[in-house]
Parts: sequence; structure tokens; C-alpha cells
Amino acid sequence: MDSTIIIEKSVIILVVFAITMVMAMYSTLAERKIAAWLQDRIGPNRAGKGGILQPLADGLKLFSKEEFEPNTPNKFLFYVGPAVAMSTALMTSAVIPWGDKFHLFGRDIILQAADIDVALLYFFGVVSVGVYGIIIGGWASNNKFSLMSAVRATSQMVSYEIAMGLSIIALLMMTGTLSLREISLQQQGMHWNVFYQPLSFLIFLICAFAESNRTPFDLAECESELIGGYHTEYSSMKMGFYLFAEYANMFISSTILAVLFFGGYNYPGMSWAVENWGVNLANLIGIGVLFAKICFFIFFYMWVRWTIPRFRYDQLMNLGWRILIPLSILNIMITGIVILRHEIIAFLGF
Amino acid sequence: MSIETISLSGRKKQVSNKEMTFLERLYLVAIVKGLFITLKHLFSRKVTIQYPEQVRTMSPVYRGQHMLKRDEQGRENCTACGLCALSCPAEAITMKAAERKPNEKHLYREEKYAEIYEINMLRCIFCGLCEEACPKDAIYLTTSKVLVPSSYEREDFIFGKDKLVMPLEMAIKNTQLKNAN
Repeated sequence: MDSTIIIEKSVIILVVFAITMVMAMYSTLAERKIAAWLQDRIGPNRAGKGGILQPLADGLKLFSKEEFEPNTPNKFLFYVGPAVAMSTALMTSAVIPWGDKFHLFGRDIILQAADIDVALLYFFGVVSVGVYGIIIGGWASNNKFSLMSAVRATSQMVSYEIAMGLSIIALLMMTGTLSLREISLQQQGMHWNVFYQPLSFLIFLICAFAESNRTPFDLAECESELIGGYHTEYSSMKMGFYLFAEYANMFISSTILAVLFFGGYNYPGMSWAVENWGVNLANLIGIGVLFAKICFFIFFYMWVRWTIPRFRYDQLMNLGWRILIPLSILNIMITGIVILRHEIIAFLGF
Repeated sequence: MSIETISLSGRKKQVSNKEMTFLERLYLVAIVKGLFITLKHLFSRKVTIQYPEQVRTMSPVYRGQHMLKRDEQGRENCTACGLCALSCPAEAITMKAAERKPNEKHLYREEKYAEIYEINMLRCIFCGLCEEACPKDAIYLTTSKVLVPSSYEREDFIFGKDKLVMPLEMAIKNTQLKNAN
């Protein structure tokens, strides 16, 4: 391993970190703008041209607010909660393939912070640790509403993780790999997984909504019942971290949706572009295409938020355990039968 | 037609409690329909009025703050007859009459004038009945968009003659305009 690879990876990690931060920052503005547009309003437009500096103003406000703490015996956990939420939200972006590769300085640079062959498992692991941010925060707040919210969030996330994992198994049976880079490469030339696994996509999409605590599954922070949910007792930038982590999670789950089901950085005519325009330009367009897909999914999250009302808790559990899990098991069986169709036919002796 | 089937507003709908079909129970079709409804609103015209820059247009019969008028020679019209106070449904107007001195002929049009004329702006409902009652064309509700300023003191809302009487410059300008026409 030479030193250039360390520099190369450091640059990629820094850029990805910066992009995640900026995307999460501007998601807050996009959320407010889209909410306003869907309700026939204009939205924030005073800070900068068309409200472009609004996230900075919000951040400045959160930083300058008074740091208020409840009288809790778990001071340490109270501080750890937002830190866990934030760091897990940022960790997942390490395994995302942002593009195929650049050819610079006579070497191939793979546009991925870490190409590990269990990337998808890593993603699931980190996302499930993300629940702890909410549990710890809700528990340490010493507030019954926060605790209720933490309990809700925990059972919701644990239940939906099962359906999410099962829905992915059908996809894995088809692709035969856990590496996100391999999965992206397999989808070249419009062989997007969504066309082969629409049911798996639908289940994964619903679970992604539940995992990132977004409407219609935002029972952990429903204002009418639980004040602010698990971050009721938080103020200043600790509160900001929770909000920020939610938007970072949204960005990451949009990315995973785009990579797993919508071809990642692939676009129609990419191989032609590689031949005629060179690797670098073709992949630059690829990164743009991936971000367009991500932005669409972030928009979709917000679009759904202002369309569907919140579920009741028993409806949520019903959907998770009694509809999505059986459906994904059915999906696995169908996929298995389709993959082994020749063997089955041979076995039956036709 | 029986009363059960007739619909005066044309919006009456019969509620049905039929079993939902499998497709309806999935809710996916309904959700997609809902998504398209909200999407339509994304492109619809926005109703916001950007207040300090844009101002809502006032109705043509809008009634703003009061003004006690002067005639062409700059003299006050009001003779303190008290009809405005009598007609006021909110009992917002009070006044005290005084007799004009010989050397005040250029200030007041008739022999009697209002020494004190006060309107309580907290009580006033801007109905315009004072304007209708006035036989001397003295009190008017202007179309001025200037609202009564907020204050912590109740006394600040009792407008005296210093705030109500038409400024002299305005009276001069009005006379000039009239002569020019």
C-alpha cells in the first residue's frame, strides 16, 4: 500500500463528508420550501436570494441558543445520545459508490471511500446502531414523553428492520453479492433492479420511511401527543444534531435506494460516453446522475410527508409484522423459484 | 322525489359502507392519487402577499382615520353641534363647545366652534355614521392607510384636535387645486 492511496481515500472521505453535510443542511431548506409550495405558500425567502442562506441562519440561531439541561442522573448518556445519532448518520456514506472510477495521474481512482464486500451488511449494522441515539437520548432526558417516544421508536425500528432485511434478501439472491460497487456495476445499461424486483423495492421504500422516522411513520416525534418526542429536553446544538442526523439519514437512505434499485451512477448510454468522451467525463456525468436520483428521492420523502397523514401505532405494527414481513418472505420464495426454474423443471422431469 | 334523494346544494353524497376490495385495501392506488393532488399544488399560484413590499388592495369603500376639515379659507368647519357624538354607536366622540372671539374669524367658520374635540380610537369602530350625521361637512373618514399606532398607554389612543384637524398646508393645497380647476 503506497501513500498515494491514503491521500486519495482521505480526499474522497473529506469530499463525501462535506457533501453529506451540505446536502443535510440544504435538505432543511428544501423541506421548508417544498412544504410551503405544496401548501400554496412561498416559504422562507428573506435570508439571501430566495432564502438560499436560510440554513446558515438556522444553524447560527441554534448555536447561539441557551444550552439547557434537565436535572437528569444520566448526564453522560444525555451527551452521548446526539453524538451517536450524528456519527451513525455520517458513517454509512463510507460504502456508497459515488461513481465508477476516474483516470487521473496515470492511475484509476475508485470513487468510493471503502469498497468492502459486505457493504450492505455494514449499512444495516450502522443503521441499526442509529436507533441507540434515539433510545439513549429519550432515556437520559428523564422525561416521560421522551421515554414514550424512545420506546415507540425502538419497537418501530426493530420491527421494520426485519422487513427491510428480508426484502433485501430477494435482491441479494439475484445479484449474488453484498458489495454495493458490484451491485452498481451489474445494473449497467438500464438493467435496473427496480424492474426485476418491484415488490422488493416497494417494501424497502416503506421500511426506509419507517427507519428514518419520517411521516407517515413519525410516531416518535408526533407533536400532538409527545411534544417533541425524544428531543423534547434537548436545546441548542444538541437538538440541532438530532435534526441534522434525521436529514443526513434521509440523504443516506435516498442514496441506498438509488444505488440498490435505480442503477446508482449508471445512465443510459454510459458505455458509449466512456468510449467517446473518456472515463473522467462519463463518470462526472454519472455522479451528477446519481445526485439527481438522490434529490428525487429526498423530494419524494418530503412529497409523501405532505400527502399522507400519520399512522396510528397499531396500524403501524400491523403493517410491519402482518403485511410487509409475509410479503417479503413471499417475494423471496418467488425469486428462488424463478432463479431455480431450470433445475425445478429438470427435477420434475418435463 | 323524496327528501332523502334531493340535494339542494348539489354536493350531497350517499355514504356507502361496502367491503373494500383487495386493491382498495392496499391503499397504494389511493396514495398515488393523493400524491398527484399534492403535486398539482406544487405548481399552483401562490397566495402569499409579501407584506412590506406588497400591500393588499383596499376595498373602494374603505374607511380610515378621521379628519376634521377646513374650508377654502382655512377655517375649521366644525361648530360643535354634537350630532356626531350623538350618532356614534360606540360613544367614542366627546367635545366641548366655545364661542368664537372677534379676532378669531379667520380660524373658525361660524360663531361656535369645538374647543376640545376627542375621539377615543379604542372605542371607534370606523362605521362612518359621524360622517353621515355631520351637517357642516366637518368630519370625514379618510382613505388613509395609516393605522392607529400601538401604545402601552390608554391615553395615547384618545386623539385630540392636534391629530384630527386637517393640517393647514393641506387646506392651502386643496384651495390651490380648486382654483386651478
